Amino acid sequence: MQNQTPVPDAKAFETQTLTGRASADAVAEDSIPVVPLKHPVRLVLAVVLIMVALSAAWDVAVNQRYHWDVVLSYLFAPQILAGAGLTIVLTVVSMSVGIALGTVLAIMRLSANPILSTISRGYIWFFRGTPLLVQLIFWYNIAALYPVIAFGLPFGGPSMILGSANVLITPLGAALLGLSLNEAAYMAEIIRGGIGSVDKGQYDAARALGMSGGKLMNRVILPQAMRVVLPPTGNQVISMLKGTSLVSVLAISDLLYSAQIIYANNYQTIPLLIVASLWYLLMTTVLSFFQNKLERRYGRGFDSAPRRSRKSKTRTA
Amino acid sequence: MTTAMVEARGVRKNFGVIEILKGIDLRVEKGSVTCLIGPSGSGKTTFLRCINHLEKVAAGRLYVNEHLVGYAERNGKLYEMKERQTARSRLNAGMVFQRFNLFPHMTVLENIIEAPVHVLGRPRKEVVVEAQALLDRVGLGDRGSSYPQELSGGQQQRIAIARALAMKPQLMLFDEPTSALDPELVGEVLDVMKALAEAGMTMVVVTHELGFARQVADQVIFMDGGVVVESGPPEEVLDNPQQERTKAFLSKVL
Repeated sequence: MQNQTPVPDAKAFETQTLTGRASADAVAEDSIPVVPLKHPVRLVLAVVLIMVALSAAWDVAVNQRYHWDVVLSYLFAPQILAGAGLTIVLTVVSMSVGIALGTVLAIMRLSANPILSTISRGYIWFFRGTPLLVQLIFWYNIAALYPVIAFGLPFGGPSMILGSANVLITPLGAALLGLSLNEAAYMAEIIRGGIGSVDKGQYDAARALGMSGGKLMNRVILPQAMRVVLPPTGNQVISMLKGTSLVSVLAISDLLYSAQIIYANNYQTIPLLIVASLWYLLMTTVLSFFQNKLERRYGRGFDSAPRRSRKSKTRTA
Repeated sequence: MTTAMVEARGVRKNFGVIEILKGIDLRVEKGSVTCLIGPSGSGKTTFLRCINHLEKVAAGRLYVNEHLVGYAERNGKLYEMKERQTARSRLNAGMVFQRFNLFPHMTVLENIIEAPVHVLGRPRKEVVVEAQALLDRVGLGDRGSSYPQELSGGQQQRIAIARALAMKPQLMLFDEPTSALDPELVGEVLDVMKALAEAGMTMVVVTHELGFARQVADQVIFMDGGVVVESGPPEEVLDNPQQERTKAFLSKVL
């Protein structure tokens, strides 16, 4: 076997000599002091903005009409916590069903079979084209169209408005149906875009190595599609989390509806909306954190170069 | 007479109404190196992809190691193979692409062991040892944990060759392996290919590197307009071409 001497990475080699030369110039004995460019407008703007932000924060803190004491007393109220829990359940279930069904729809849409792709197209057209609120109310009132099949027949009809435990099931089912089916349409388009973003050469390479079908998808295509799918999916999860507040129209005691019930009694509208918002903020913050982690995980092999150049930029600046 | 590794008889291929291959006949002997040359659009790459069934042959017969590519012949009919069977039959041939097509989400080592572990189902430990030996062989023994994007084009192409070799193919197909490289990186890839040829690998190479063809090839095939215009040993086809079209092409390239 021929003994090959490793050839140094040409690009790394180039940058090395370039930066090497630059730093050599800087420490040369006849070095000239460098005066960095000043940005006076930027500085003034920053000061003004900090002042505005501080005064706004101060005003919010001292304005009695915010009733921070009320906010604090309801922040961990059992109804609020239960509402937040239900919001999480709605989000997790609808998102899971939405992603699973969306993946199926995306693969159908990319299928060579025209019937499958047309059905997928029609589904997406319908569920993206009608308002989510309308869809939710539609599923809520589905009994009006199909009073016979409803497995929820015992819960159907006007008896829903009563407050028994069984009553909750049908509105919740309607909410889950509406949110999931609507989400699937959006996820299908996101996943289709992700699959389409993978270079065609990757299919060739995987096939040439003897891969086919599910193995090719799972090992080569989907992991690369993930990188493109994740950011918009993170968006979807966050808007789903907040979108679940729409189900308050179906009298489901999610986070927002729980807050509404309380302020309907004590008229502390703003403090309770603040309570709900704080919880929504906390939940979206946690979600964003996990989104970042996942993005880094699936960005491996793609984002290493930009990260390195950013580092060198700060060093020279 | 030796048995042919690749044998094509009247191979035709069309994309829609455009006919790319208009009846290709050729033989590639075991252990030999064949270079396919010709202007772009002449069908060289399409033919190479047909050998690996990345493109379906429309008419004619194409045999790799005496097996018909992509079809099973029974009762005087050709039955198209299922995807899984086709995938299995591709294991005979390793392929190297113009744009490398390494898997960007895997490290160099993961790229190489991917198919032996997940397609052949071989034990990972054993494959890693072999992969390291292959990396040493292409002169990149210390790059196993890098990601492809961190490597130069020449290094990526050498990894791609190692990845194909890890499947222990009987035949290597090269699709313009140096066309996407900076000029100063071409040599390192050609060196690896030369070493491979010296080790006795059967190779079919689509290339514009006539120097490589002259030095390494046992057979040079000049294609134009979807047909084989001229074929033979390099000293005949490259240095003493008989056909006007071959002469015209060579005079432009040289």
